[in-house]
Amino acid sequence: MIVADKKPIEEIIDYVKDYQSILVLGCNECVTVCEVGGKKEVGLLASALRMHFLQQGGEVNIGERTLERQCDHEYLEEIRDNIDHYEAVVSIACGVGVQFTAEKYQTKPVYPGVNTLFMGANEARGVWSERCQGCGQCILAISGGICPVSRCAKRILNGPCGGSTAGKCEISKDIPCGWQLIIDRLKALGRMDDYEKINPIKNWSTERAGGPRKVIREDLKL
Amino acid sequence: MRLGYPTSIKIIRVPCTGKVDALHIMRSFEKGADGVYLVGCREGDCHFERGNFRAKARVEQIRKILDAVGIGGHRLQMYNLSSSDGPMFARFAEEMHARILEAGPNPIRGAVIKQKKVQTDQNQIAGAAL
Amino acid sequence: MKAKTPSKLEKILASGNMAVTSECGPPRGSDPEGIIRKAEMIKNHVDAINITDNQTSMTRLCSLAACIRLKLMGLEPVLQMVTRDRNRIAIQSDILGAASFDIHNMLCLSGDHQNFGDCAQGQNVHDIDSMQLIQTVRYMRDEGKFLGGDAIQRPPQMFVGAAANPFADPYEIRVPRLAKKVAAGAEFIQTQCIYNLDKFEDWLSKARDRGLTEQVYILAGLTPMKSAGMARYMKNRVPGMDVPEAIVKRLADTPKEKQAEEGIKICIESIQRLKEAKGLAGFHIMAIEWEEMVPEIVEQGGLYPRPNVD
Repeated sequence: MIVADKKPIEEIIDYVKDYQSILVLGCNECVTVCEVGGKKEVGLLASALRMHFLQQGGEVNIGERTLERQCDHEYLEEIRDNIDHYEAVVSIACGVGVQFTAEKYQTKPVYPGVNTLFMGANEARGVWSERCQGCGQCILAISGGICPVSRCAKRILNGPCGGSTAGKCEISKDIPCGWQLIIDRLKALGRMDDYEKINPIKNWSTERAGGPRKVIREDLKL
Repeated sequence: MRLGYPTSIKIIRVPCTGKVDALHIMRSFEKGADGVYLVGCREGDCHFERGNFRAKARVEQIRKILDAVGIGGHRLQMYNLSSSDGPMFARFAEEMHARILEAGPNPIRGAVIKQKKVQTDQNQIAGAAL
Repeated sequence: MKAKTPSKLEKILASGNMAVTSECGPPRGSDPEGIIRKAEMIKNHVDAINITDNQTSMTRLCSLAACIRLKLMGLEPVLQMVTRDRNRIAIQSDILGAASFDIHNMLCLSGDHQNFGDCAQGQNVHDIDSMQLIQTVRYMRDEGKFLGGDAIQRPPQMFVGAAANPFADPYEIRVPRLAKKVAAGAEFIQTQCIYNLDKFEDWLSKARDRGLTEQVYILAGLTPMKSAGMARYMKNRVPGMDVPEAIVKRLADTPKEKQAEEGIKICIESIQRLKEAKGLAGFHIMAIEWEEMVPEIVEQGGLYPRPNVD
């Protein structure tokens, strides 16, 4: 899923301090699962904003709404009739939700209420970690199912580098060396011969480097 | 024991402090509570193992928000005691009561009253919840 | 092995002599005086001088410019290049720039992560990795082509090197990894600083068993310790470094004012022992901000005078 983290409340307040009515807009998908942008977090942020503005003596109306998804037209349409009650929106969906809301409601200021981080897994209660950077040319087949692009701090395709120490990355003792994981996995699979194959220079044009990406599926288009 | 504690305190019983949601605490302050405190079992003695630690973590989280929005995190406190320790319960109540007396009323209350005077009936926008 | 490039370093190695290289770190400013001074100190005692490329991610004068300085002094530079800061356009461009000054040696590295340095908030590039950088230089040299396929007028004549760290983890892939670098086209190897001689000899003998020492010149990396404090720092703080407790203790047991001298002694003893190691082609002496000691180490290590080739 897409993993996001909280933004400091002061930062959000600063974005919306001049508005009289604000909609806090959550999303039922990824950000709900990582407990940063779902219905409950909408309630918490709205409550905090109300308390802040009440003390400032402002008559600020804070609305709360959580959509099934903010990255689909049909769900975003659900607020079309009400959106004009508000001067601004704080979206606590991922960056996709914030942008899609902004695109849809051209004249409505939309502010981000979370910091969107990565595509990751829920390792343990309250712990999420990165697994994929969406490079557009999946190479997991050659690396035993562990991704060198997202799990090596240098995205080295022929690792590990000389900084790998006791299974940890040179940048932090808390980060496992991605290449140690790959090697452990190749060993477990009895595929250590594969380690000596040189992975060729990667085509990064399907990644961020190639510009904004798009998938068009003719078989699915209406 | 028949120990007394300040009458300002209203007790809400929950099966475990772990049941107290962050939103419950926030809403209490939003509705005008001057202070909120949680009294959980001693750390390590939770019947549900980690309920009181969860409560502690939530209290920490909400304290930061309360500081950020000007209510003051000191109005929120987590206490721990053994369930048979009546005197300690009374002491926590006195302590919190004194702290809130010193802190004064929740600034939200004054703000709400002021605002109500200004607009008694035109709160329809807020009512038009989506 | 026969020399394939005009590199003096390659010629010395190909002639069967033990090679001696050293390194200089460029200054954190634009004054070239430091590089010139350091090079003057060591030029008669080494065959080639590596110029580091923003080592530990601290921003410094660029390796290429410092290499050109050495070249203008008539010395033999080894251009170090990390893949951290350049994409494949910049890499190929810098290689051509170096070749235009007839710089004939290159060391291909991935580079320390930027969070060690003064630009921890910066991006890293890693368009290609060090293994692929070796392939890239060899391709430019041997095929005379850019990665994009176009012909290069006057292709670079680079003697291509790579780093090896016999002490990083996991140990069991250290020799396979060396084999991979050789397969990618590395012609010489400069190792991480060696303090654990037993482990290094084990690594070297495993490399020999695989026939790698016949295919690549291995230069043993050595850094003299200035103090017990430095030994402890290297042991505990520098990733991928193996400093045995015995070394730390030996320095710590030496009176403070004699520790530097003892550090030099350890370095010289290492040379004397490793000179006998079968399959070793030379030494890479990295006296960090202590270049003035290189002549003494080389002389005491029995590596002086340096051979003349051409």
